[in-house]
Amino acid sequence: MLRVEGITQLFGGLTALEEVTFTVGKGSITGVIGPNGAGKTTLFNIVTGLYTPSSGRVFLDGKEITCFPPERLAPLGLVRTFQNIEMFHQMTVLENVLVGLHTRSRSGMISCALKLPWHLAEERRLHAEAMKWLEFCGIADLAELEARALPFGNCRLVEIARAMAVNPKLLLMDEPAAGLNSRETADLELLIRKIRDTGVTVVLVEHDMELVMEICDAIVVLNLGKKLAQGSPREIQENPDVIRAYLGEG
Amino acid sequence: MKRDYLLFLLFTLVVLVAPLAFEGGYLLNVLVFMGINTMLAVALNLLLGFAGQISLGHAAFFGLGAYISGVLTANHGVNPWVALPIAALSVGVIAFLLGFPILKLKGHYLAMATLGFGIIVFIVFNETVEITGGPSGLTGIPTMKIGAMEFQGEMKSYYLIWGFTLLTMLLSINLDHSRIGRALRAIHDSEVASRVMGVNARFLKVQVFTLSAVISAVAGSLYAHTMTFVSPSSFGFNFSVELVTMVIIGGLGSIFGSFLGAALLTFLPELLRVVQDYDIVVYGLLLIVMTMYMPKGLAGGVASLARLLRPAKKRTVDHAQG
Repeated sequence: MLRVEGITQLFGGLTALEEVTFTVGKGSITGVIGPNGAGKTTLFNIVTGLYTPSSGRVFLDGKEITCFPPERLAPLGLVRTFQNIEMFHQMTVLENVLVGLHTRSRSGMISCALKLPWHLAEERRLHAEAMKWLEFCGIADLAELEARALPFGNCRLVEIARAMAVNPKLLLMDEPAAGLNSRETADLELLIRKIRDTGVTVVLVEHDMELVMEICDAIVVLNLGKKLAQGSPREIQENPDVIRAYLGEG
Repeated sequence: MKRDYLLFLLFTLVVLVAPLAFEGGYLLNVLVFMGINTMLAVALNLLLGFAGQISLGHAAFFGLGAYISGVLTANHGVNPWVALPIAALSVGVIAFLLGFPILKLKGHYLAMATLGFGIIVFIVFNETVEITGGPSGLTGIPTMKIGAMEFQGEMKSYYLIWGFTLLTMLLSINLDHSRIGRALRAIHDSEVASRVMGVNARFLKVQVFTLSAVISAVAGSLYAHTMTFVSPSSFGFNFSVELVTMVIIGGLGSIFGSFLGAALLTFLPELLRVVQDYDIVVYGLLLIVMTMYMPKGLAGGVASLARLLRPAKKRTVDHAQG
């Protein structure tokens, strides 16, 4: 599904990532973990087209997507969520999700301004579709609320609904459990499984080890910009290198 | 959404009957200017309020529209109704070509680039004396005609200008409630997230910049054919700043707010005649006070006032029943 090949990222003299290579299987939930500063978010930013890697290549379904800007990746089915939730604050929850449907609607500036008939039909279809994703995330009742008025946990869900509206094949989630309480995290776990069950491949960066070990089929461990290990949760838990990286030399 | 259209309908009615209250003359003339300013403020609001991109050079698009239309009709005998679309189209092309390089810039840098453009255009108006008449202006611009009817005098100009202004407002409201309007506001709130959602932010910004410039050019053309005289001083840097002030004071992203801002800034100079040159101080103070205490502008202020009044009314009704 996703293949990352020899990704190196230099920031001035600092090597943020060095020759990182791994693959993500179709329909899996893959976790990317590692201590702070390991390069997890940098890796996400490269895959999602926000950074240009110093070297290396990224493939989606066998097609090279290195350096594709995010707006080109969305129609290909690659979408992400953000660690510091990037909401559209001035809009309602429903409108936030409607923006997610942008690539799946066609009306241009002129037909929107003139309210041409096909534009109106499209608007109705988009509203129905957006409501479907709000229901999927269990927040249909919030549809008309202003996004800025929502508590943090709900923002997270809106962001996920918005990402799902893009119709992703691959969803990258940057620390989805950050800032959530234990109940919200449990709900999130169910939601991520539900997303996977719709056929979407999920990759997540996460610090909540309990969550990662619970839901991931595969785990990639990064440390100081290098891939330390890759395997099933059990393999990772027993890997001496990983234990050393996390707990320090014994 | 329905509320916007209801408000628009109400607004249209007021605009239609307003001139009946005045027996023509000076005040009606002010209302004509208010119409042009509203059109310009709405146009700039699409860019500044919706997409969140600043332009300190919008007077230039207004001026280009006025001069292209003016020169074609006064010097080359072109029909004003032909000159208007030519002016709009040429300014559209200019804005599109300009938009690609400069909308890569953000914040202060974009402000500087548009400012530079505005100044260049202003200099061109002044220096190309053979074509534009230079600083002393361009005279003899014909008025608009439909058949035998000539749009001359305050009353006819009023309806001509406000017809176009209302159309601009309606199209902008439509745009606001569409996928394009949502995408623009998404860019404003978080450009990176909008791009992840598949919004081509770069191209959309250029598109809305172009649209905004085209509307300004139409306003310019109408201005030229109403005044029958244009001179560079109407299209300088000061007017660009005044337009930004209208949009901000009216309320970013609010179409009716743009009208309020334009209305205030059209009337204010008339009221401030007494203080003469110190009017600029009043503008400055107004902008400071508004951004501090009414960040959503007059439109936001009116909305919160309405919210305050509504429950109060409901309370009295409850009391009356109880």
